[in-house]
Amino acid sequence: MDVRPDLPWLTIVWNDPVNLMSYVTYVFQAVFGYSREKAEKLMLDVHHKGRAVVSSGTREEMERDVQIMHSYGLWATVQKQS
Amino acid sequence: MSSGFKPGREGGVIARFDAAEVSILRSLLSQILELVEPGPGSDDPLERALGIGPSEQPTDPVLARLFPSAYEDHELSAEFRRYTETTLREGKRADARTMLDSAAPGTVELTREQAQAWMRALNDVRLALGTRLEVTEEIHDELAGMPEDDPRYPAFVTYDWLTYLQDTLVRALW
Repeated sequence: MDVRPDLPWLTIVWNDPVNLMSYVTYVFQAVFGYSREKAEKLMLDVHHKGRAVVSSGTREEMERDVQIMHSYGLWATVQKQS
Repeated sequence: MSSGFKPGREGGVIARFDAAEVSILRSLLSQILELVEPGPGSDDPLERALGIGPSEQPTDPVLARLFPSAYEDHELSAEFRRYTETTLREGKRADARTMLDSAAPGTVELTREQAQAWMRALNDVRLALGTRLEVTEEIHDELAGMPEDDPRYPAFVTYDWLTYLQDTLVRALW
């Protein structure tokens, strides 16, 4: 995960009862270019912990990522790194 | 019952549907198109022309789920929504129309691009139905123990079938 201090914004994906584990993994791979392993780990984090940080960067980049997540029906928010 | 999607030619996918299944899919997609209107947009004609949309989260729970807030902060969320919801609505409508145009009884062959539109449209239909039915992650097991005369049974069976269809589609595309 790229969480350099100069890139203090995060995209968070939240768990919901509808989105399939296979679909969520597929979306993380397709959108972020993550490996199957990394995408699956993030999906499982969402599933078990209720949320996961899926990307980090500038605020503009995170807004773009959240918009893409919403286009796939995933529940995502932008958050400033605390 | 359709046996779901399989990988097709040149990265596409293939599935078989009977007339009843296609009619269920078409009816659900038409409902999505009715629900996800191109508007409502801003009251200001100039803002509408610029594609600037509403700033408040929709009150309908299904629309609220399809168009979630991007920030916890209300003001930031409203600003984001004004500049993104119209595009998001157009994308969801385009996906639903792609699926509507290519869903037919018999063998359905989809290009990779069409298949991805189906995958997102199926997800929107499941989000809408799942929100209305207030499903939990245990829906599949719940359905197994549900008597067939339960008034929720037909809708739950449809939801479960859509889940199966979407899962086979994702796996066929992988």
